[in-house]
Amino acid sequence: MSEVLSPARAIWQSTLRAFNTNKTSWVGLVVFVIVVLAAVFAPWIAPLDPLDQNVMLRLKPPSEDNWLGTDYYGRDIYARLVYGARISLIIGLASTALSMVIGSAIGMIAGWRGGRLDTLIMQVMDILLAFPSLILGLIIVAMLGPSMTNIIVAIALTSIPPFARIARAPTIAMKEREFVDACRALGFSDMRILVGHILPNILPEILVMGSLWLANAIRTEASLAFIGLGVKPPIPTWGGMIREGFENILDSYWLVLAPGTAILIVVFALNLLGDGLRDAIDPKLKGEA
Amino acid sequence: MTAFLIRRLGFAVITLFAVLTLVFVLVRIVPGDPAQVILGDQASREAIEALRERLGLNLPLYQQYVVFVWGALGGDWGTSMMTGRPVIQEVLNVLPWTLELTFLSLLIGVVIGVPLGVAAAVRRNRFTDYAARIGSLLGLSFPPFVSALLLLLAFSIGLHWFPVISAKSGSLSAWVESITLPAINLGLITAAYITRVTRSAMLEVLQEDYVRTARAKGVPWSVVVWRHALRNALIPVITIIGLYLGILIGNSVLTEIVFSRPGLGKLIVGALNQRDYTMLQGMMVIYTLVVVLVNLATDIAYGIADPRVKFK
Repeated sequence: MSEVLSPARAIWQSTLRAFNTNKTSWVGLVVFVIVVLAAVFAPWIAPLDPLDQNVMLRLKPPSEDNWLGTDYYGRDIYARLVYGARISLIIGLASTALSMVIGSAIGMIAGWRGGRLDTLIMQVMDILLAFPSLILGLIIVAMLGPSMTNIIVAIALTSIPPFARIARAPTIAMKEREFVDACRALGFSDMRILVGHILPNILPEILVMGSLWLANAIRTEASLAFIGLGVKPPIPTWGGMIREGFENILDSYWLVLAPGTAILIVVFALNLLGDGLRDAIDPKLKGEA
Repeated sequence: MTAFLIRRLGFAVITLFAVLTLVFVLVRIVPGDPAQVILGDQASREAIEALRERLGLNLPLYQQYVVFVWGALGGDWGTSMMTGRPVIQEVLNVLPWTLELTFLSLLIGVVIGVPLGVAAAVRRNRFTDYAARIGSLLGLSFPPFVSALLLLLAFSIGLHWFPVISAKSGSLSAWVESITLPAINLGLITAAYITRVTRSAMLEVLQEDYVRTARAKGVPWSVVVWRHALRNALIPVITIIGLYLGILIGNSVLTEIVFSRPGLGKLIVGALNQRDYTMLQGMMVIYTLVVVLVNLATDIAYGIADPRVKFK
C-alpha cells in the first residue's frame, strides 16, 4: 500500500504493479474501456438509428444490413445494443459512485467514532445486507416509479453496506497509528484527519471494491429492466431488449442472445479487473467471492 | 452456545422490526393515495373514503403503524388488492415452489462447489486452479436470467429435452421435468460462489501449523485435506452460504420468470404489474422472515461446525 504522502509517481507505479501481478486485470480493463468508448461514440459505431422502426424488417435474422438482426418493430439490434450500453454504464457508474461515497463515509465514521454509534451503524448495515438486494431494489423502484434517478438510488442503497464494511476495518486499524496521533497533536479536525489522511490510505481497497460492485450494479440494472422496472421504452436497455425478445424467443433467438452476451461480457470484464486487482492489493483475500 | 444463540435471536427480532418499519415507511411515501390508485380516477368521493376507512388509512400514522406491525406479527397481512384473498394465503400457496427450488439449487451448489474449491486450493496455480477460478468468475458474472435463457434455448427450444413451460405437477417425472433446468441454472451460479469461498478458505487453512504437523506425523494427504483442513475451512463457507441465500432468493425470482414456474417470483411480478401494494408489503415481510430464519440456521450450523463458538 502506498504511504500517506507518496508522490503521484509512486501511486502510478504501484497501480502498474497491481495490474501486472495478475495479467487478467489488463484483459478486463481493455474490454471495459472498449465498451465505454463504444457507448460514448455510439453514433459513429452504429450508423443506424436505434429507434427507427420498420414494419417490413420485422424479426429478421442477422444479415449484411442488420448485423445482429432486427426486433419486433424492425429496429436494428446492433444499434440498440451499442446505445443500450450508455444506459447500463450511466446507471452502473452513478449508483456505484453514490454507494461508494455514502458507504465509505458511513464506514469511516463508524470506525473512527467506535462505541455505541459504531455498533448501531453496523447493525443497520447487517440488516440491509441480510435482505435480498434484488428484491429490495425491485420494491423501491416499483414504489417510486421506474425513472433513471430512482433506479440509481435503489441500486445505490442496496450496495452501501459492503462499502461501509470495507472502509470501517482499516479505519479502526489506522486510528491507532502514530501519524494519526501526530495529526491530533497538531490540532487537526476529525474531518481533516479522515479525509486528508485516512481516506488516501484506504482508497485503493475501496476503488477495487468499486469495480466489483460496478459489475453487480450493471447486472442488477439489467435484471430490473428484465422484470419491467427499467428506464422507459423506447430507450434501448440491455435488460429491456431481453424482456422484449423473450416474447418471441421460440423463433427469434437472436433477440435475447445479443443483449445477453453483451451483459455477460461487460460484467465478466469488470469482475476480471476487480478480482485481479484485489489479489494484488490484498493477497490474503485471494479468490474470495 | 446458548448465550450466542440468544444474541442472534435478538438480532433476528430487531431485523424483523426494522424491515417492517421500512416497509411501512416505503408504502406511505408512495406518491398518491392508495385508495385512489385501487379504485381508479372515476371513483366517487364516498367510495374512496369508505375504502380509506377499510384500509385503516384514516387513522393517525402511529396507530396505522401499530395496527400494521401487530397484524403482521399475528399473520394478518391484509388482503390482496387484486384477488381479494388474504395475502398470507397467496404467499403460502406458492412458497413451497420457491423453497424447493432454492434448496435444491443450494444442494447442487454445495455438491459441485466444495470439491471443486478444495481441488483448486490443493492444486494452487496449476491448470485445475486456473480453470476453477476462471470458470467460477464466469459463473458469478452471469445474470441469472441470461443463463436461464441460454438453458431454455439450448435444452427446451433446441434439443426439446424439456417442456418450454413447465408448470405441470402430479407425477414424479413431471416434477423432475419442471425443476431440472431451473435448479441447474441456480445451482451452477451457486456453485461458482461456493467454489471461490471454499478455495480461499482452504488456501488459508492449508498454511496452518496443524496441517504441517498432521503431515509430519504421517497422516495420509487425502485425510489431511478432507478431514483436518476442510472441516476448518467449512466455517467461513457456511457463513457465506448464509449470506448468499439472500442473493439466491433474489435470483430465484428471475429464474421463475424465465421458466414460467410458480413461486414468489411470479407473485411479486404480478403484484408489481397490478400495483398491489398490500401484496408487496406481504412479500417484503415473507422474504425478511425467510432470510432471518436462514441466518439463524446458519448460526446454529456454525456452532456445530466450530465448537469454539460455544465459548465466545
